[in-house]
Amino acid sequence: MLVAALVAPALAQDARRAYVVEDDAIRESLTGKPGDAERGRAIVGNRQVGLCLLCHAGPFPEERFQGNLAPDLSGAGSRWSEGQLRLRIVDAASLNPATIMPPYYRTEGLDRVARSFAEKPIFSAEQIEDVIAYLRTLRD
Amino acid sequence: MNRRLGALLLLMATQASAEIPEAERRSGYHDMGASVQAMQDDDMANPAMLWVLDGEKLWAQRQGAAGRSCADCHGEPSRMTGVAVRYPAFSESASRPISLDQRINQCRTEQQKAPAFDYESRELLSLSALVAMQSREHKIAPPDDPRLRTFLEAGAATFNRRQGQLNLSCAQCHEDNRGKRLAGATIPQAHPTGYPIYRLEWQSLGSLQRRLRNCLIGMRAEPYAYGAPDYVALELYLMKRAAGMPFEAPGVRP
Ligand code: HEC
Ligand code: HEC
Repeated sequence: MLVAALVAPALAQDARRAYVVEDDAIRESLTGKPGDAERGRAIVGNRQVGLCLLCHAGPFPEERFQGNLAPDLSGAGSRWSEGQLRLRIVDAASLNPATIMPPYYRTEGLDRVARSFAEKPIFSAEQIEDVIAYLRTLRD
Repeated sequence: MNRRLGALLLLMATQASAEIPEAERRSGYHDMGASVQAMQDDDMANPAMLWVLDGEKLWAQRQGAAGRSCADCHGEPSRMTGVAVRYPAFSESASRPISLDQRINQCRTEQQKAPAFDYESRELLSLSALVAMQSREHKIAPPDDPRLRTFLEAGAATFNRRQGQLNLSCAQCHEDNRGKRLAGATIPQAHPTGYPIYRLEWQSLGSLQRRLRNCLIGMRAEPYAYGAPDYVALELYLMKRAAGMPFEAPGVRP
């Protein structure tokens, strides 16, 4: 029991890649590779996976219901660099502690997470990179 | 925690979000489409009335080892006028506030000597819909009972605490972003004016706790067990936030 308790948090940490925050950005890809923009679009458009369109609108003419709690994603790739987008998806609260944007790659400091999601980030490192690759294509 | 610290935390917690000014308070009824409003307005169209009819039958049935009906003790259901708008209320025997559903079950076990109904069972929802309906048009009137104070503070703290994998609080949606659209749904102010409700998405009647459970699951937070003190404290705080608003149970929601 004791061993499990000591090892579990370390394992959970290991499941996620380490990253370095410089200014307001994470410059390096979490996977060491660029993501896939087409897969990224599918993730952002999926209500159960990305959840993005619950709050944001974006260039998804096929999606009828889009939220208006957050800025339109159109043009996000012109407004922000790759590294800035990465930190905003990984942990938006590190830039704006009051934000409602969920932390997609953080598991610490969360309260009463449902058992099926415990110790898991919302996205894998691969999904983060796919989403970034897609957001980069959204130019004005 | 001492009282003063509790009061301070409550103050801080409620100030963190934009509390809704009284003049801007509105029921979720006003956030839904005209066709759903029409269903709630017309008892012939409101599916919740099927539960109310069941409730009337149960009200008159002698049940349990005591062989007594609700009517034997209380008379006509209309004698329950004004009751639902002052629940949750403090229970001496439980030493804490209890919901209307728990009050009904207390009568089952103590007066009728019958087993408690399950939460969200057809029977319990039918009786609570019948009792709630007697307070239509009455103003929500939480009891001014000092014994409720710490529970009210706990409910306020839960409302303002971020929870779940999405790290959201109730207040961030229902106060800061009220009236905006979460995908297809207009975010209501979370006033418990119509419970139990018939929800089209459920195809059924459901309690306020079932609604809260849905929001918690949406936040990817661990839902509480039905009847848990955490839910009752949240209910208590929601009723306090809605004090003075007209009661419209049994409501219909999308
Ligand atoms: C619960 C609401 C919510 C969800 C879900 C959400 N966001 Fe956001 N997002 C916001 C808000 C609010 C902001 C505005 C800045 C802030 O509050 O920090 C924002 C800001 C952003 C920004 C920077 C602002 C800009 O100029 O466009 C990007 C990019 C972004 N979100 C992308 C995403 C993506 C991609 C997803 C899904 C993987 C997502 N968001 C999910 C609420 C949300
Ligand atoms: C991400 C946004 C969000 C969060 C967080 C959230 N809710 Fe909700 N809630 C909604 C939406 C949207 C609805 C409207 C129903 C629907 O269509 O899903 C709703 C409905 C409700 C209602 C029903 C109102 C009515 O008119 O019947 C209550 C009560 C409520 N929420 C309370 C809460 C509480 C308490 C919490 C925290 C434990 C919470 N909500 C967290 C979005 C949210």
